[in-house]
Amino acid sequence: MARGKYDIKAFPGFLPMTILCLVILYAPLAVVTIYSLNDSNSITNWEGVSFRWYADVFTGPESEKFKIAAWNSFTIAIIAATVSTTIATLAATAMVRGGRFKLRTVSFGLISLPLMVPEIVTAVATLIFFNSIGFTRGYLTILVAHIAFCIPFAYMPISARMQGIEDTYEQAAMDLYATKRQAFTKILMPLMLPGIISGYILAFIISLDDFIITNFVKGAGVETLPTAIFGSVKQGIKPNIMAISTMLLAVSIIMVTISYFVSKSDNTK
Amino acid sequence: MAAGAASGGSAKSDTYADARTWLLLPAWAVLGIFILTPVLMMLVYSFLTKEFRGGVIWELSFAAYDQFFCSRGLFGDEPCTVEWTYINIFWRSIWQAGAATLLSLVIGFPTAYFIATRPESVRPVWVFLITIPYWVNLLIRTVSMKFMLRDQGPLNDFLISTGLIDSPIHIVNTNFAVQLGLFYSYLPFMVLPIYASVERYNFNLSEAAADLYASKMTTLRRILLPAVKPGVIAGCILVFVPSLGSFLAPDLLGGAKNFMIGSLIEEQFKGNAGNWPFGAAASMILLSMVLVILMIFARQQAKAEKGAG
Repeated sequence: MARGKYDIKAFPGFLPMTILCLVILYAPLAVVTIYSLNDSNSITNWEGVSFRWYADVFTGPESEKFKIAAWNSFTIAIIAATVSTTIATLAATAMVRGGRFKLRTVSFGLISLPLMVPEIVTAVATLIFFNSIGFTRGYLTILVAHIAFCIPFAYMPISARMQGIEDTYEQAAMDLYATKRQAFTKILMPLMLPGIISGYILAFIISLDDFIITNFVKGAGVETLPTAIFGSVKQGIKPNIMAISTMLLAVSIIMVTISYFVSKSDNTK
Repeated sequence: MAAGAASGGSAKSDTYADARTWLLLPAWAVLGIFILTPVLMMLVYSFLTKEFRGGVIWELSFAAYDQFFCSRGLFGDEPCTVEWTYINIFWRSIWQAGAATLLSLVIGFPTAYFIATRPESVRPVWVFLITIPYWVNLLIRTVSMKFMLRDQGPLNDFLISTGLIDSPIHIVNTNFAVQLGLFYSYLPFMVLPIYASVERYNFNLSEAAADLYASKMTTLRRILLPAVKPGVIAGCILVFVPSLGSFLAPDLLGGAKNFMIGSLIEEQFKGNAGNWPFGAAASMILLSMVLVILMIFARQQAKAEKGAG
């Protein structure tokens, strides 16, 4: 529909604005990545490229703290993502393949509750809950809180995927005497796999990145990477924090990229 | 999108109708016990008496709400006059979140429009580029922003080297820094819904307007903007609501003078100086505000949907 000068869609200045938008989004990340390679004890002066701060993360004086925090972060993220994805897959099957039913709207409201309630409110509420049932705060409380608030993030891509799959495949299988369970595990699940993988990855990242809820429900002494980083940053931004941030940043970007390509693949054809 | 999304889309079939209770049970249990029950307990806690070392005493009390709204003089025995301290913190939060929303709209609208008018095959790539930063740890993004904006940081270095300024501008620990941080945290939320509604917009309408000698700006204002308004409103809410209760941006970029709701709440639960019922009450007030905004929004979207359909 391009008519040169009279292109009705084009507005002058929108391209520069888009570029500005991308620069704003990426510049801080690029700057931290570059400065993580700075061979200097101060974050202000640039003294050439080196990987010494990456080495410092693994062997330096704070390495023990980071190792424990990383272990907590990754094990919690893996367990929370696995459990919440399983729960979300079952729930999505009921919501998308369960016909109309009375509690459907209520169920959807409940599933999307963690997205509507401000995170700090969820954090306060969860702290109060664990406190009042006399549960000692620590690794387990973080894990349980993460499982709960990761459910909607896993649910969204899974249910979107299931919406896009016609039920003719399962019907055909059942016409050929497959049981409902077989139709589910052998037909629906494989077709759903891209949605499930995206859901799992999103839940994983959400858990790995969470600071606010973790900060409230972690007990004394239990740290995840974000809370450990926050603790360090309070005393000033140090070069080793730049290095560990860059590594976390890379993990997130790699996982989102995988999720993007997986969700683009269409295995229903 | 809105009406369908509000109820979670329609049921595609009823193949598993007989198993749906069992399929939903784990989700009901986990979310009911660990999200809904805690929120209700928080409501209860906001009406209890505070324990001085954190926690509560199980005695009914309106002290938390009284402390929030009422000023009772130095000895606490005067009649209630309006207490402005906390209302001002809420007011500042609304203002900061509003400024961040406006900033996101100014940058986000042209971006969303630009992406939506690209060839269909490259649009997902643009959208992907916009969403990547959202998935990077919010803490890391906020720290990066602080690093950028420091007096000796890259932004000031850059501005000095270009000769635009002579000495560094102080940005960190100002209201503006918090607005920038919030804007940076939630910018993708503005772009995506606007993008979705511009993508659905029928450009033949703009053609028709142009054929009738409407200028480009008139077409934008009178034809396009009303058509994409639901997307714009959705974007504004998606930026405004999380900004309102955010903790990291005001805490790391704002310093002590630029206190927002999130910091006020956090302070009540950290260390021994805390006041749990008061923190619960402040959380309840924040939650009520957010729910009211979301309800008005849902009603408006439903109306718009009806009008369009």
